[in-house]
Amino acid sequence: MADSVEPPPLFENVDMKREEAEDDDLFESAVQSQPSANLCLEEDGHDLLNGDSDIGEEIDKLMLNDKSEMENVPINNQSTIATPTMEEVEAEGGDQFIEITITEPQKVGDGMGAYMAYRVLTHTNMPFFKKREFAVMRRFSDFLGLHDKLTEKYLKVGRIIPPAPEKNVIGKAKIKMAQSEQAGNGSDFIERRRAALERYLRRTSQHPVLIVDPDFREFLECDIELPKATNTSALSGAGVMRFINKVGETVNKITYKMEETDPWFENKLVHVEGLENQLRKLHYNVEAMVSYRKELANLTNGVSRSAAMLSVCEDHNLLSRALSQLADTEEKVEAVHMEQANTDFYILCEMLKDYLGLLGSVRDAFHERTKMFQLWQHSQQMLTKKREAKAKLELQGRTDKVDQAGVEVIEWEAKVERSQESFDRISKMIKLEMDRFEKCRIQDFKVTFIKYLENHMEHQAQLVKYWDDFLPEAKAIA
Amino acid sequence: MGDRVMGDDGTVSLTDNSLIVDISDALSEKDKVKFTVHTRTTLKNFNKPEFHVVRQHEEFIWLHDRYEENPVYAGYIIPPPPPRPNFDASREKLQRLGEGEGTMTKEEFNKMKQELEAYEFPEYLATFKKTVAMHEVFLTRLASHVMFREDEHLHVFLEFDQDLCARPRGRFQQFGGFVKSLGSTTDQYYLNVTVRDVHDFFEKQMNSLTEYHGKLKEGTVKTDKMTEKHKEVADSYIKISGGLVQLANIDPGPLDKYLMKVADGFEKARKLESRVASDEDLKLADTLRYYMRDSQAAMALLVRRLKCLATYEAANRALERARQKNKDIHAAPEVQEAEKAQTEACERFDSISTQAKEELLDFKTRRLHAFRKSLIELAELEIKHARTQQDLFKKSLQNLQELM
Repeated sequence: MADSVEPPPLFENVDMKREEAEDDDLFESAVQSQPSANLCLEEDGHDLLNGDSDIGEEIDKLMLNDKSEMENVPINNQSTIATPTMEEVEAEGGDQFIEITITEPQKVGDGMGAYMAYRVLTHTNMPFFKKREFAVMRRFSDFLGLHDKLTEKYLKVGRIIPPAPEKNVIGKAKIKMAQSEQAGNGSDFIERRRAALERYLRRTSQHPVLIVDPDFREFLECDIELPKATNTSALSGAGVMRFINKVGETVNKITYKMEETDPWFENKLVHVEGLENQLRKLHYNVEAMVSYRKELANLTNGVSRSAAMLSVCEDHNLLSRALSQLADTEEKVEAVHMEQANTDFYILCEMLKDYLGLLGSVRDAFHERTKMFQLWQHSQQMLTKKREAKAKLELQGRTDKVDQAGVEVIEWEAKVERSQESFDRISKMIKLEMDRFEKCRIQDFKVTFIKYLENHMEHQAQLVKYWDDFLPEAKAIA
Repeated sequence: MGDRVMGDDGTVSLTDNSLIVDISDALSEKDKVKFTVHTRTTLKNFNKPEFHVVRQHEEFIWLHDRYEENPVYAGYIIPPPPPRPNFDASREKLQRLGEGEGTMTKEEFNKMKQELEAYEFPEYLATFKKTVAMHEVFLTRLASHVMFREDEHLHVFLEFDQDLCARPRGRFQQFGGFVKSLGSTTDQYYLNVTVRDVHDFFEKQMNSLTEYHGKLKEGTVKTDKMTEKHKEVADSYIKISGGLVQLANIDPGPLDKYLMKVADGFEKARKLESRVASDEDLKLADTLRYYMRDSQAAMALLVRRLKCLATYEAANRALERARQKNKDIHAAPEVQEAEKAQTEACERFDSISTQAKEELLDFKTRRLHAFRKSLIELAELEIKHARTQQDLFKKSLQNLQELM
């Protein structure tokens, strides 16, 4: 069912149609866009080497690039009308569940080619999965590949797509170098990544549309190796392209201020910005707490060891015994501090970081809308120009060209209409998505803090127990 | 500006009340602390049964040095002097507030004042109280000791209502102190190598005390680091609590009340965590610190004994030489003199050895009692704070669940 309502992926069919039926104007821009992208690549290479290339020129090209992309969009927009039907999935999914866990990270291969593979285990009763329970092995780049595919398909229509965990080159190198999996820093890094990947899949699976996406289902279900995602590695050609596109987008984001007509978006943007600021501050401070707590654990270990040494020197039996018990107790306290740090990190700190990423996705969706708006504005300007041209020709009485101009006007009228439609559609979609996002966020925050406090309550209970055990030892000194 | 703090009266525990000393009041001024020493006594050699004097830290050191240089007390462990008051860090912030009064806007000033009162001032107060307590312990130990409490310098210290001319130590004198301590350690090594001890007991004691002292020192340093970090952990809660409040402010709707409750929980947990830190400091670090100093004082006693032994051996050799020189003369005055010196040295050495043995035993019982007391208190306080925190989280959870 989902396959049929799938928005057709972007540009393959666009190019074909364009070559058949488009007029010079579009053709021209398409021609321009191709070399400009290549040029940018070269320029970028130069830039890295010389550092003196003309940035203004580059930005111009990037803008051009952007525009040509925008003009392509309306063509595949008709099909996205189908998407609202997908929302129905949301309504019916009452007692359906899906639970994804990631376990058993293991190192595959040796040397520079080595990577970590993770076992993705899914439990579900959703009818479009073939089984109730299934597991696949996936590597990190597969997750990035999945995210890219989803972004490509759904960002354009204004969906908020959970961001994939960040790459970490240093951590990766550590795994490659680590001889055993128990190596301290390496295993810490792997656990962090495992947890992050798990949260990523869970968030994605919570989305009523993303969960039925064939690529997502293939990712969870098909026990075959996925084709290697090529454009995820940081230094590949595709990576550079992506980077350039990103720069272009950023420049566009900075330079283009859209006149907001919808107060809802104005308010939301302020809210999102405020949240980002406060969450960033909070995340920074929670990170500091985590590191203090870890240091405290280490220093508690120091106290434990010095108490043990003191107990060896102490010639009074019972005092010596009590001191050695104190050493044991402090060691247990050290472990509690470590667990507290983990609670702080895995529950609170990572949640905040995830939401910083998610708010980034929200902004991405907002930006898609801005692009849509730009396109609409551009079409309108073009329409005005064409109308003026037609009027001029009519005045000059050049009947031979008036007909041609009339066709162009009609064409642009249609484009204006289409782009306005898609702008309205993405605006509506973002409102829906934001509604869902906010509901999820509120629930997530509530659940997180409850879990956080529950864990800390447990840690304190541990402390009570350990010191309770120690008390009789102290009393035994006589 | 000055801050007045009432001394802790609970620390004095004496069976006989012939001489009871406490610090009833202390006043912190710019670069010094003035302690009001309060004495009640039934001893006849005081003029009045009850009196007050104002003393500074340097006068305590002066008193300590008088005991240490007096040969009468050579066989005793002289109570370690209180450490120099050091709360510059906290006080600096408070002082900066005073200076900034003119330059800051009224709101800024009030905000900073509030913050200082909430976070810095209790800290400062705790350090201040601790300093007072340590000075008091020094005096109570002297006053409760059968020998020390008869000392005339102590009496002057307690009764004489004037400055004792113990000028605050300048840089030079501090350096002198360093040389002195360097001297005493080299003394120890020198004597250890040159003098062969007749008693195995003392040699062993010296060795184990040296080791013990080292471990206590390490324990103190490690515990200090731990409690300091624990304070930092507690302080990091402030920022998180503040961050949550700010988040609540910009996120009206179903979350703001919820976040405020969590923020409130962090704020309360901060107080508890910092109490854990200061109680660990008070019960564990300070006990280790005190016995680090006390074990050093015990080592000083053993060094004094070794010096006595060296004198005794020198007297022996002198007597030998005198006898050799005067072997034909009957009852030569030189021999008689040497004999007398030798006997005196022998007696002094014997008495110091006997005394030292007793003192070392005393040191052990004192240490045992102190460790017992503070370890029990430590465990009890840890339990209490953890329980309170457990309850706090439980209550917060209930509050949050109501808002779900």
